[in-house]
Amino acid sequence: MSSVFRILLRRLAISVIVLIGVSMLIFAIARVIPGDPARIALGPNANADQIAALRTEMHLDEPIVVQYGFFVADVLRGNLGQSLYTNRPVTVDIAEFLPATLELVIFAGILMVGLGLPLGILAARHRGRWPDHLVRVGTLLTVSAPSFVWAVILMLLFAFYLPLFPVAGRLDDSYEIARVTGFLTVDTLLAGNFAAFTDALHHLVLPSIALALSGIGQAARLTRANMIETYDKPYIEMAQAFGFYPSRIARRYAFKPSLIPSLTIIGLDFAAMLGNAFLVEAVFAWPGLSRYGVAVILRKDLNAIMGTVLVIALTFLVVNILVDLLIAFLNPRIRHSTRTAS
Amino acid sequence: MIRALRIISANPLSLAGLILVTAIVLAAIFAPWLAPFPTHNSAVVDFAYANNAPDARNWMGTDLVGRDIFSRILYAYRISLGLGIVVLIIATPIGTIVGLLAGYLGGWIEAVLMRLVDVFLSIPPLVLAIAVLGVLEPTLTNAMIAVTVMWWPWYARLVYSIARSEREEGYVLAAEVIGASTAHIALREILPNCLPAIITKMTLDMGFVIIIASSLSFLGLGVQPPTPDLGSMVAEGARYLPDSWWMTVFPGLAILLAVFGFNLLGDGLRDVLGADQ
Repeated sequence: MSSVFRILLRRLAISVIVLIGVSMLIFAIARVIPGDPARIALGPNANADQIAALRTEMHLDEPIVVQYGFFVADVLRGNLGQSLYTNRPVTVDIAEFLPATLELVIFAGILMVGLGLPLGILAARHRGRWPDHLVRVGTLLTVSAPSFVWAVILMLLFAFYLPLFPVAGRLDDSYEIARVTGFLTVDTLLAGNFAAFTDALHHLVLPSIALALSGIGQAARLTRANMIETYDKPYIEMAQAFGFYPSRIARRYAFKPSLIPSLTIIGLDFAAMLGNAFLVEAVFAWPGLSRYGVAVILRKDLNAIMGTVLVIALTFLVVNILVDLLIAFLNPRIRHSTRTAS
Repeated sequence: MIRALRIISANPLSLAGLILVTAIVLAAIFAPWLAPFPTHNSAVVDFAYANNAPDARNWMGTDLVGRDIFSRILYAYRISLGLGIVVLIIATPIGTIVGLLAGYLGGWIEAVLMRLVDVFLSIPPLVLAIAVLGVLEPTLTNAMIAVTVMWWPWYARLVYSIARSEREEGYVLAAEVIGASTAHIALREILPNCLPAIITKMTLDMGFVIIIASSLSFLGLGVQPPTPDLGSMVAEGARYLPDSWWMTVFPGLAILLAVFGFNLLGDGLRDVLGADQ
C-alpha cells in the first residue's frame, strides 16, 4: 500500500501545480474582458465616483500581480465574490446548482462504465465477426453526435412518441423533499419517500443516457482495441491451449490488463461529461449548473463565470486523482512494488 | 496517394466515410447552386410557408418564418467545415511545435511546457471554450478563437509522446553526431515520423470540432442568427418539440452524418498510415 500512498502524494503535488496554473488561466481570461469590470458591475447609470470607489474596493488599480494575489487569497478563503446575476455569493449559487449536475454526471458515468466495458469485451471476444461489426458501427455512431442531439432524439422517441419517461425536470412537483445533500436520489431516501426516489430515478434515465452515449462508445472502442492487443500475447494462447473457456479467458486474462489503459481515458471522458452536461441540461430543463453558467456568461457576470470554471476544474482534478489511485490499486505491479512506481 | 485511396476503398466502411465526407464538402462548396432556396441563409421571411412539414417543395420542412431547412443545412455545413479547417490550421502547428520542443529537448523546457498543457487539459474542453466565449462577444471569429484555445494542447500531447520515444532512436543520435542543428532534427528528422498520427488525428478532429462548434452555438455562444448553424437550428427547433420535429431532427442528423463520415474516414486513414494513436 505504501506505493499507492506515494502515488497519491505525487499526484497531489502535481495537482497543486496544475491548480495554480488553472487559477492563473482563469484570472487571465477574466482580465482580457473588454471594458471596465467595475463599470460592468455597477451598470450604465453609475457615476465616476462610484466607479472609482468600486475600482479601489476590487483592487483594480493595483498592479496585475497584486490583483492576482488578492484573487487567490479570496479563493483560498472560500470567497468567490458576489454574483451580479443573482445578487448572492457565487459559492451559494454553486452549492445550489452543482449537486444536480453531479448527480447527472455520476449516473452517466455509471452507464458509461457499466455498458461501455461489456460492449468492448463482447466485440473483442468476437473480433472480426458480426457482434464486433455491430458494436464498432454502433459505437462510432454514438460518438458522432453531440449529446444535445442524442438528448433531442431520445426525448422525441421515449418521452413524446412513447411516453415512457418524463420530458423535463428532476422530480415531479407533487413531491416535497427536504434538501440535505442536493442529490435527489439520496435526499428522497433520507426522507424515506420511496415513491419520490423512483420518480427521481425515472427522471434521470433519459438525460443520463443522452449524456453517456458518446462515453459508452469511447469506452467500448478503447476496451476493444486494448483487448485485441492483449489477445495476441503468448499467455492467452497458453490459456487457450489449456482449454479454458473463452468466457473465462476473456474475463480473467484478456480484460484485466486491458482495463488499465482504458481507465485513464474514461477519466478524461468523465471530465468531458462535466462540460456536455451543459447541453443535456439545456434540453431537459435540468436545474443544474448549466442554466446558471449560460445565464451568467450572457450577462458577463465575471465572478460567477470564474467561480463556475474553477469549481468544474477542481471536480475534474479530483476525479482524475481518483482514477489514478484506482489504476494504482488495480495494477499489481504498482500495488505490490515497494520501490517508487511511475 | 493512389495506393492510399485503394486501401481505403477496400474497406466498405472507410469507403462510405470517404464518400460521405466528399459529398458533404461538395455540398458545402456548391451550396449557393445546390440549395433550392439560396436566399434562405439570411433573415428572409416567407410566412406563407412557415412551419411546414417536409413535402415536395421543402424536403426537410420549413422553420418558423418559412425558411427551407434543407437549404439552411447546406449553408450551415459551410460554416461548420470552414470553422473546423481554420481551427485545425491554427491549433495543429502550435501544438506540434510545443510537443516537439518538449519531447525532443526535454529538461526544464519539457517540464514547463507539459505542465502548461496539463493546465489546459484539466478544464473540460467545452467549459474552457465557454469560459473564453464568456468574456469575448459570441461571434464566429471568437468561437474559432475559443475552440483553438482548447484544441492545441491535444496535439502538443500527441506529438510530445511520439517525439519523446523517437528522441532515443538511432537516427536521431546519428543526426546529432554529425552536428545537425536542433531545428533540423526536430523538423526534418522527428516531425515526419509524427505526421501519420497528426493527419489521422486531424481527420477525426474535423468531426469533433464540428461537435464542439455546434455545441457552442446550441448554447447561443457561437454563430449568431440569422447565419444558419446546425447547433443553433437544433436549439431553436427544440422549443417546438414534438410537433415541429423536422426543425430539430434534420439539423441534428446533419451533424451526425458529417461527424460519422469524418470518423469512418479517420479510422480508415489510421489503417493506411499505420498510426495507432
